[in-house]
Amino acid sequence: MIGLPFLYALTGAMFAAFAGLGLVDRTNPRRFGTAAFWGLLATVFLAGDRIGDAACGAIVVALAVLAGAGALGRGRVAADDGAALAAAARHGNRLLAAALIVPATALVGTFALPATGLVDPKQVTLVAVGLGVVIALGVCGAWLRPGWRAPLDAGRSLLDAVGWAAVLPQALAMLGAVFALAGVGGVIGGTVAPLLPHGDRLAAVAAYTLGMAGLTAVMGNAFAAFPVMTAAIGLPLLVGAFGGDPAPVAAIGMLSGFCGTLCTPMAANFNLVPVALLDLDSRWAVIRAQVPTALVLLAFNTALMNMVAFR
Amino acid sequence: MLVLAGIAVIVAGFVLRLNPLAVVVAAAIVTGLAAGLAPLAVLAAIGKGFAANRFVSVIWLVLPVIGLLERHGLQVRARTLIAGMGAATPGRLLGVYFIARQVTAALGLIAIAGQAQTVRPLVAPMAEAAAERARPLTHATRQRLRAMAAATDNVAVLFSEDIFLAVASILLIRGFLAASGIAVTPFGLSVWALPTAAAALVVHGARLAWLDRDLQR
Repeated sequence: MIGLPFLYALTGAMFAAFAGLGLVDRTNPRRFGTAAFWGLLATVFLAGDRIGDAACGAIVVALAVLAGAGALGRGRVAADDGAALAAAARHGNRLLAAALIVPATALVGTFALPATGLVDPKQVTLVAVGLGVVIALGVCGAWLRPGWRAPLDAGRSLLDAVGWAAVLPQALAMLGAVFALAGVGGVIGGTVAPLLPHGDRLAAVAAYTLGMAGLTAVMGNAFAAFPVMTAAIGLPLLVGAFGGDPAPVAAIGMLSGFCGTLCTPMAANFNLVPVALLDLDSRWAVIRAQVPTALVLLAFNTALMNMVAFR
Repeated sequence: MLVLAGIAVIVAGFVLRLNPLAVVVAAAIVTGLAAGLAPLAVLAAIGKGFAANRFVSVIWLVLPVIGLLERHGLQVRARTLIAGMGAATPGRLLGVYFIARQVTAALGLIAIAGQAQTVRPLVAPMAEAAAERARPLTHATRQRLRAMAAATDNVAVLFSEDIFLAVASILLIRGFLAASGIAVTPFGLSVWALPTAAAALVVHGARLAWLDRDLQR
């Protein structure tokens, strides 16, 4: 059965290779810190199930210390625009076809792989993406003959541009788990509920949708905010006191959280990663482009929940 | 009350502009200790939560493929293709991408596109090329187009993925409600994602049309 262990081994091997190549990259003034960061992350991917939870936790703290101390840097990449221009003319649209190998494999694999029985059905799209990467590297290797280092160097240069932000989404998912363990939701509910005007349904709905957006903005992740705010306001007030239908309350509550996702630098994979990948000057550039859409949709979600959840 | 200290740590870290990764881990430590866990148990909770969510970071696997193709001229080629299309404007191009991304995400195909997979190598250069057909681009306009390309991907995927029955957030909602003694079907949840998906299309589509109009001035 091919599932997460296969993907973790593949991803871990890639991080380990980035760490090894980064260690000997003398153009990076912080090569030791950079190599340590990706090497430790590789350890969690390759051996996370064997070294135990506390050891993984110690690694996470070490990653945080390296990031906090500014120990990550990037090497100088000689940008060769002339070569890219010439190569583009030579290879033509086959380049675009090659870029579509991963999405196409993911698309076909999602529908075709479950029938084979070889793949964990819960992870089929991610496995298909991993398979697509292997196929794409094989095809490009045979076609472009770049040498074994070229894809690793190119990938490492992209990941070094993203830096510590590449790990933030995973760290935020961890924070959500710790919040759930500590019972943060019940405490917020006990604090907010007495503050709301008694019997005002729209105020309670708005407290939930705006609370979802706000806590998501703080935690960078609607999945982490959802159990907290739903235990705090969604279930006791909207479903309990006002008799709301739990399905639309929860579903639209999650979507209200996504409005917060669009507005926060904590949602690194949505808002900071593209800033690095697209060479944007301001870390707020993507958020600025999204805020108008997010605010309109938050108001829409609040009105929609108030309208459909209480019939 | 004390367990809310973790949220205070995040807000303080943000205000003081500290490194977000360090702040998040500090918030987890503070929350665990405030909940009365022993230091080693806090470390274990952090490690367990981090290892259990490794699938979040698997998507970085695409970087070697994208990086390799970029060094062989992928972005240049994407620009050339769009530059030859008479009807291409940035707003129209991003609008088509928005709809394609909504439809595929609604079918559960979230990881087939994204900031690293498609926006950087294809969508952003294509949007720039479409705008360049009309006139040379200033640095500010180029930045604006790239940010809008990234935003288009984010808005499309966030407000369509919940239409798919087996997506992580629907599973999370179902699991949470089940733990609270409330049974809902995946379809009963995902049907409520449709109105907001339609609203996202209208709102973002209007903003893309406005982008085109603004660029023509």
